[in-house]
Amino acid sequence: MTPSPSGSHAAGTAPAGGGRPAPGAGARGTATPRTGTPLLEVDDLHVEFRSRGPVVNAVRGVSYSIAPGETMAILGESGCGKSVSAQAIMGILDAPPAVITGSIRFEGRDMLTMGAEEQRKIRGPGVAMIFQDALSALNPVYSVGYQIGEMFRAHRGASKKEARERAVELMDRVRIPAARQRVDDYPHQFSGGMRQRVMIAMALALDPKVLIADEPTTALDVTVQAQVMDLLKDLQRDTGMGLILITHDLGVVNEVADRVAVMYAGRVVETGSVDEVFTRPGHPYTRGLMSSIPLLADKGGRLHPIVGSPPSLAAIPPGCSFHPRCPMARRGEGGRPDCTSDVPSLREVVVGRRAACHYSEELLHG
Amino acid sequence: MADAQTRPERRTSEARRRWESSGDALLEIRGLQKHFPLQQGIVFKKTVGHVRAVDGVDLTVGRAETVGLVGESGCGKSTVSKLLVALERPTSGEILYKGEDVSHMRGGALKDYRREVQMIFQDPYSSLNPRMTAGDIVAEGWSVHTDIAPRKGRDRRIRELLDRVGLNADYANRYPHQFSGGQRQRIGIARALAMSPELIVCDEPVSALDVSVQAQVMNLLEDLQKDLGLSYLFIAHDLSVVRHISHRVNVMYLGRIVETGTDGDVYGHPSHPYTQALLSSVPVHEPALRGQSDRILLTGDVPSPANPPSGCRFRTRCWKAQDVCAEQDPELRDRGQGHPSACHFAEDHQVVPTTEGAVG
Repeated sequence: MTPSPSGSHAAGTAPAGGGRPAPGAGARGTATPRTGTPLLEVDDLHVEFRSRGPVVNAVRGVSYSIAPGETMAILGESGCGKSVSAQAIMGILDAPPAVITGSIRFEGRDMLTMGAEEQRKIRGPGVAMIFQDALSALNPVYSVGYQIGEMFRAHRGASKKEARERAVELMDRVRIPAARQRVDDYPHQFSGGMRQRVMIAMALALDPKVLIADEPTTALDVTVQAQVMDLLKDLQRDTGMGLILITHDLGVVNEVADRVAVMYAGRVVETGSVDEVFTRPGHPYTRGLMSSIPLLADKGGRLHPIVGSPPSLAAIPPGCSFHPRCPMARRGEGGRPDCTSDVPSLREVVVGRRAACHYSEELLHG
Repeated sequence: MADAQTRPERRTSEARRRWESSGDALLEIRGLQKHFPLQQGIVFKKTVGHVRAVDGVDLTVGRAETVGLVGESGCGKSTVSKLLVALERPTSGEILYKGEDVSHMRGGALKDYRREVQMIFQDPYSSLNPRMTAGDIVAEGWSVHTDIAPRKGRDRRIRELLDRVGLNADYANRYPHQFSGGQRQRIGIARALAMSPELIVCDEPVSALDVSVQAQVMNLLEDLQKDLGLSYLFIAHDLSVVRHISHRVNVMYLGRIVETGTDGDVYGHPSHPYTQALLSSVPVHEPALRGQSDRILLTGDVPSPANPPSGCRFRTRCWKAQDVCAEQDPELRDRGQGHPSACHFAEDHQVVPTTEGAVG
């Protein structure tokens, strides 16, 4: 494998000043170990959907990487391409209509150029994924034990009996009460939170090195969400897996992730540690999101939403794709960049932080 | 624009006249219950039990007030909204609107009530007819309530309404699929406003929307309240959203209200264990407050409303539960915390971290 030097790609691992300052000291688990080599590196990933009608540019040059034990959040609103980038990693996009370019390296090997059988061997023991809607992700006509055990039968050649035994162990591990009694139950017999645990059990079956969780708690109530996020953090601590958390919920990102990549219209517009990005956003979109959410601790005054709505991925505005909604957008007087025509690159604005805004410094330094 | 609205007052009953001089709340719900029968058999249906979706709810909404109703899925909050707009008839209890009991209203009185109490739905995709234009959707109610908008000025009125909710008035001829989620929700709001309502029941009006769009719709709802003096019953599961918009908040669990008070009472001084668990579970987005909430992880699931626990409904998941909780149903009353709470062992315990200091 060819370890790339840190920082050679957009959302490099281990930004200088590594560990987070941890304001709520001690209250949130262990500090994340940062080892040198990333497990998974996504580099300049493009995904287009070409079918009838205009080409949909779902992902437009996204790069990120994840190290063991690290939690990276991909934050964005619906239709920003965050789920599609994860589906490209898992190889579950149909091509055609999807056209995928760039590279996705798992432990140094490019998954996009390898054969289907080789890819299949990485899915499960290498990278696993859990989905938002557990009810539609589970097969209603097979018992949950059978579906969890399938991982062992398919990848490890386990017998039916063995696989069922391992399924019970896994259900125990994801804290499903009375696992032995419930192993032969069907998905509809479980509550939403328990179904999501079944999904997690299935994903963890082969001890993946990277777990991609696509909106794992969005369909759940807050008290159940807290249980599931707590479980995911514990499992990560035990196994040291890297966790890619795809979500639109700033609260979940803040409570769980170490680093965050904010996506807008198919691009990463800002990356950095959660503390830095959320305390001092370097992109007007991130700042807009922060000021759009009401607080729990305080009734607060009037909200300051971003004007307009996110663009369709089939008609992305030229220049900076955020410019029609941006309060800072400029026409580029005096030779300065024009937000309506010059595409901002994701560049380092402060050590360890990147933002794709021509005027990020103004935002950061007042 | 408020003066452009006509508010027809066709009949005034004795109860309505008493209400008008009394200054009582616009809407008062007392002991509201809705039990859905559980039936077995195909030809000979036999009732084998009841789902007690709403089981004794008291609630008031004042004039120009926003009352929040929060709870998790399955707690009965949407059934309350359906009862309020008279889509369902209550099993027992009263809904007093301007002093009159809605379940006894018939004919013209019920028709008036249904005009004055409008609803905004959660899903902006399925709540608009895909084969009607935005303008037709907004104007649809006028074919029933013909006296609201004179036939001649209707096009102008549609444009006014669309403009009022922040949509381009020229979009009146477009179909729902040509709008984004936030814009569709605005059409839904315009449709409610077209009836010149007094009370709008908002059932999860922003939960299907993206964060940036959600704030726009909340600001719009606040502006409309200020300008038109509307009352809202705001039903949602997002606790931050409810706090932001509500004057008073009710927390619901398994068909009952377990705690009620001003937003400061309920969020700043929660006294019911369920409220505390709920509030402590909300992830906060400020890095400085991370890890400071005293998180209470509940175990188990919400019991089935077909077979709720005896006594206090929360006792099966409560860490404070004692024998008395299984025997006596705690009533919703002030137990020395300054606001009503339905817990035998109600105790003020701050769980939401604030910037002033960590939670003790």
